[in-house]
Amino acid sequence: MEQLSTRQAALKPKDYKSDNKPVWCPGCGDFSVLSAFTKAMSAMTLDPERVAVISGIGCSSRIPAYLNVYGFHAVHGRALPVAIGLKITRPDLTVLVAGGDGDGFSIGGNHFLQACRRNVDITYVVMDNQVYGMTKGQASPTTAPDWMRSKLTPHGTRINPFYPLVIALASGANFIARASSNDPNGTARVIAEAVEHPGFSFVQVLSPCVTFRPEQRDWKKIVRPAPVAPTADPAVAARRLMTDDNFFIGTLFKGGRAPFESGFAPRAEVAGELERSFGLTA
Amino acid sequence: MKTITTRVEFLAHALAIEEEAAERYAVFADQMQVTNNPEVATLFREMARLEDEHARRIEEMSGDKPLPRIDPWAFDFGDAEPPEAVDYTATHYLMTPYQALGLVLNAEQRAAEFFQRIADGDGEADMRRLAAEFADEEREHVERVRRWRGKYPPPEPHWDEDPDPPNELE
Ligand SMILES: Cc1ncc(C[n+]2csc(CCOP(=O)(O)OP(=O)(O)O)c2C)c(N)n1
Ligand code: SF4
Repeated sequence: MEQLSTRQAALKPKDYKSDNKPVWCPGCGDFSVLSAFTKAMSAMTLDPERVAVISGIGCSSRIPAYLNVYGFHAVHGRALPVAIGLKITRPDLTVLVAGGDGDGFSIGGNHFLQACRRNVDITYVVMDNQVYGMTKGQASPTTAPDWMRSKLTPHGTRINPFYPLVIALASGANFIARASSNDPNGTARVIAEAVEHPGFSFVQVLSPCVTFRPEQRDWKKIVRPAPVAPTADPAVAARRLMTDDNFFIGTLFKGGRAPFESGFAPRAEVAGELERSFGLTA
Repeated sequence: MKTITTRVEFLAHALAIEEEAAERYAVFADQMQVTNNPEVATLFREMARLEDEHARRIEEMSGDKPLPRIDPWAFDFGDAEPPEAVDYTATHYLMTPYQALGLVLNAEQRAAEFFQRIADGDGEADMRRLAAEFADEEREHVERVRRWRGKYPPPEPHWDEDPDPPNELE
């Protein structure tokens, strides 16, 4: 059987989980994404001491606490700059970023554009549930304009939704894919591919919020694999996105841009200067 | 099931099925513990223990021969998910033991069908015999879970209505 991997078993997926019990609502899609992270890390035989998962704020952004690798729970919307800074100074680490559509496309929206442009070798996984889960159900940038269940937008947002894959492609992301939490193994595969692809990799995972968007439980009936192989041609990828209904899953684009490298060796004295200027050291 | 033709390939798949089932039930038990549904938490914890026991028995069957390592997405389950894994979106904090056991029942049924398909397939005779034994065992589990569920009443019509919801749309 050709798919047998020759890589040696080191750690099992559950070895990448921490002892913290998730406080997500039972049924939340983020449980499956957590499992996908651990499966991808195990399949890639990543050494936990050489992995960092950075997040912002939101239900989805709690993921680093549930993993047994280095993690940083940054402020809302700022996970990407933290992760980019880390990767630039520690290129030996595998750096992943995790968060929600609110964290990544509202308050963190501009960082998303710049991260795609800059093309640092990190992987960004957005658990998209088209709502702010943590703050109890307000519309996010990916919410459909006619969703009226929030008291803040009783007539719907009536504004155009944000299309993450289109924006990622237009801004220069080097790897673009969509996965579904209904298929944790498929999501693990996409995350592993994204990590292995050089440059900035973006993965949108459709991950239902069963509390504030209970209708999203039905996503499992709608998602389906895209019937095409990934392309390296942005024009072909753009044409495919024209007929995308947001429920095709798979890898859309694998570009060939060289990842950004700072060209400067990290300097310990910069950290010292920063600490002094913030009054952290004498 | 095109790629499951030998005993080791079969055992590698069976082990993944049982380990995934054990892991899911452990996650569900934690969910119910965190959301204060102790009866269903105990039930899922017991299922996690049973599936884990089954996984360890499969490991013993493989003896000294290491099982092939297969990436999680490369298994040949005939479906994206392993047959005995309950969907992550299937749980609810107010679910009753009857509902929880309904999920378990379906999972055991899917596992029995999966092993039976291999037993009826055209792999090595020794492997097909083993698959038939596994299918019998899963069918026995189906009956046991059905009896277990019979001890509980079906849920009331508005079982998911919470007069004091922890999360309310704002
Ligand atoms: C600076 C700042 N503004 C606003 C908030 C409030 N806040 C916390 S999480 C969140 C949105 C979370 O939505 P999303 O990123 O989609 O994650 P989810 O909870 O749905 O997983 C907001 C607005 C905050 N914590 N900090
Ligand atoms: S509120 Fe929604 S996103 Fe947050 S844990 Fe619950 S189901 Fe998940």
